[in-house]
Amino acid sequence: MPDLERVADDGGAVSGMKARFFTRFTREQRYLHAVLFTAFLGLAATGLPMRFAQTPWARRFASGVGGFGAIIFFHKMFAVVLTIAFLIHLKEIFTRGVLHREKGIFWGSTSMVANWKDVKDLVGHLRWMVGLGPKPQFERYAYWEKFDYWAVFWGMLVIGFSGYAMWFAPFFARFLPGWALNAVLVVHSEEGLLAILFIFSIHFVNTHLRPDSFPMDMVVFTGVESEEEFKHKRTQEYERLAKEGKLEQRVATAPPLWLVNFSKVVGFTAIAIGLILLVLTLSAYFS
Amino acid sequence: MKTVSSISLTLGACALLFFATPRAVMAQTDCLSCHADTTMQDGSGQNVGVDAHKFGDSIHGVLQCSQCHTTIKEYPHPDQITPVKCESCHADEAAGLVGSVHASRAEHPCTSCHGDAHSIYPKTDPKSAVYPLNVPRTCGQCHGNDAMAKKHGLNNVYPMYLDSIHGFALSNEGLLVAANCQSCHGSHHILSHTDPQSATYKANVPATCGNCHAGITADYSNGVHGKAVAAGKKGAPVCSDCHTAHAIEQPTAAAFRMQSTPICGNCHKEKFSTYRDTFHSQLGSLGGYVETARCWDCHKAHEILPASDPRSPVAPANLVKTCGRCHAGANASFVQYQPHANAHSRKLNPALYYVTLFMNLLLVSVLTFFMIHTLLWLIRSRYDQVKARAAKGGKNA
Repeated sequence: MPDLERVADDGGAVSGMKARFFTRFTREQRYLHAVLFTAFLGLAATGLPMRFAQTPWARRFASGVGGFGAIIFFHKMFAVVLTIAFLIHLKEIFTRGVLHREKGIFWGSTSMVANWKDVKDLVGHLRWMVGLGPKPQFERYAYWEKFDYWAVFWGMLVIGFSGYAMWFAPFFARFLPGWALNAVLVVHSEEGLLAILFIFSIHFVNTHLRPDSFPMDMVVFTGVESEEEFKHKRTQEYERLAKEGKLEQRVATAPPLWLVNFSKVVGFTAIAIGLILLVLTLSAYFS
Repeated sequence: MKTVSSISLTLGACALLFFATPRAVMAQTDCLSCHADTTMQDGSGQNVGVDAHKFGDSIHGVLQCSQCHTTIKEYPHPDQITPVKCESCHADEAAGLVGSVHASRAEHPCTSCHGDAHSIYPKTDPKSAVYPLNVPRTCGQCHGNDAMAKKHGLNNVYPMYLDSIHGFALSNEGLLVAANCQSCHGSHHILSHTDPQSATYKANVPATCGNCHAGITADYSNGVHGKAVAAGKKGAPVCSDCHTAHAIEQPTAAAFRMQSTPICGNCHKEKFSTYRDTFHSQLGSLGGYVETARCWDCHKAHEILPASDPRSPVAPANLVKTCGRCHAGANASFVQYQPHANAHSRKLNPALYYVTLFMNLLLVSVLTFFMIHTLLWLIRSRYDQVKARAAKGGKNA
């Protein structure tokens, strides 16, 4: 991060003391998320007109950008970008988890892999929502965040495979049965639709628009969050780190103003595009 | 012009000498001594002047006035004269008009198409109102008129024709062979398309278009549509059912290709609906510079044969070649793809049916669960937030 002007924490702090910031995501992880959502928005914006080719907005969009030829070109381009991002992520997992035998990648409290606590958290969270119990306290990744992760992981495998099967149909036809060539379009478009509907409604609300984070959770852009937020949202992780004496290792500087503003612009643009696409999708689906 | 008219006059004079009859035929010069004044009017205000040069130049310039105006034999002549009867010479044309849509001589005098009676030219003369390049404009005087079209329950076909491939070839390129109105409808004996004798009667349309498009018509006659029409099946399409009669477009142009599948879909509803579910249709609907398989790219447009016919491009043995025209590397396994698979039919496409069912269930269950989850969460956290802020004595939001 360039050593630019730092933001003094005089705006958001509740208490009088100077608030501390803690690292949640590395720079690589934030870049990966940025590439991921840019490619995803691109794929959604070019995929939806194909899925709903009969709607007036799809046709207007198509004639605006130069027809189907341009749409499929950009769709494939974003697909390649996302594929590369996915492969980079796999390589990182492999390097950290298998080569370096780093703890907490495949198992434990910092892993993305679901465990028994996630089941208990889900039940407990639902009970809390309807007023039947206390609010569960979450570790580094809460169950809905793990679901988001695996939904995207599975989605990329399924959508990616079916997409490449259509792109290189004569090649895939060598080992796929005939009906599979018909099925890949159904799988691709339904899974894509599920991803679009899920990300643009549920992920947006769960992560950004819910009252605890409203209007946007900046942590995936800046990489850091305030101590108050950390403690409130991921109490168990905060307490575990404090107990292990590792909290100090995670202390970071406040995000520079330009990064906060830049993140807001990028984030709100992404959310706006997503919501527009969501409205178009729903309108096409129910018309 | 002077020379021409004097030659005409000389010829007229000769004709007079040769065919001189006991009745007194007046010379053109006698009549023109008064009627050459082109502003001349009769008692009722009708113009009775004749442009002597134009008349001399016209196809009738060799005739004496009284050969058409037969009741005028001497000067001064009566104020009221009987109308000219063109059929006294043009008997075949007059016979053709009988029973035609233009049979009423009061509504459609010869001059309504042939123009001013004193400047009629042969149809090979570009000045003629019925010269091929002038025919659409001549017919369009009435058939390009909304009120007239409405009155007779017809389409206002003139603008459609002008924008069509025929009209474009004729008006923009001056192609004499381009179809004009009378190429299809005839000239004097024009019959309604509901009349089995008409060139535009449904069963006769292939033959009419075949007058020029002989090759296409031969292909069409070999195909299922042509055979069905020949067998008297009224539902089968003829040329105009797909191409329209007047707004005919260039079939290779994007505008026509974009709307082509709905044309076939008008009759082949189920095939059209299953085609709509495929990638071919999705991208076809968006247009652009990448083309996609439309109905006839696989089935052919005119010589359409059932898949059971070994000559058909969709016969199993020909699929690799047919699909391979777009899909380089198409192989026997690739052509197992079904371009009309029905995902809603468990019987016809069981695998596709269950894949679709699974995907739909996945979509609905994931979204339903998380919709409820997110909604409850939203309500609960907002409730907690408001409570916490109220406890601090601050505003609620």
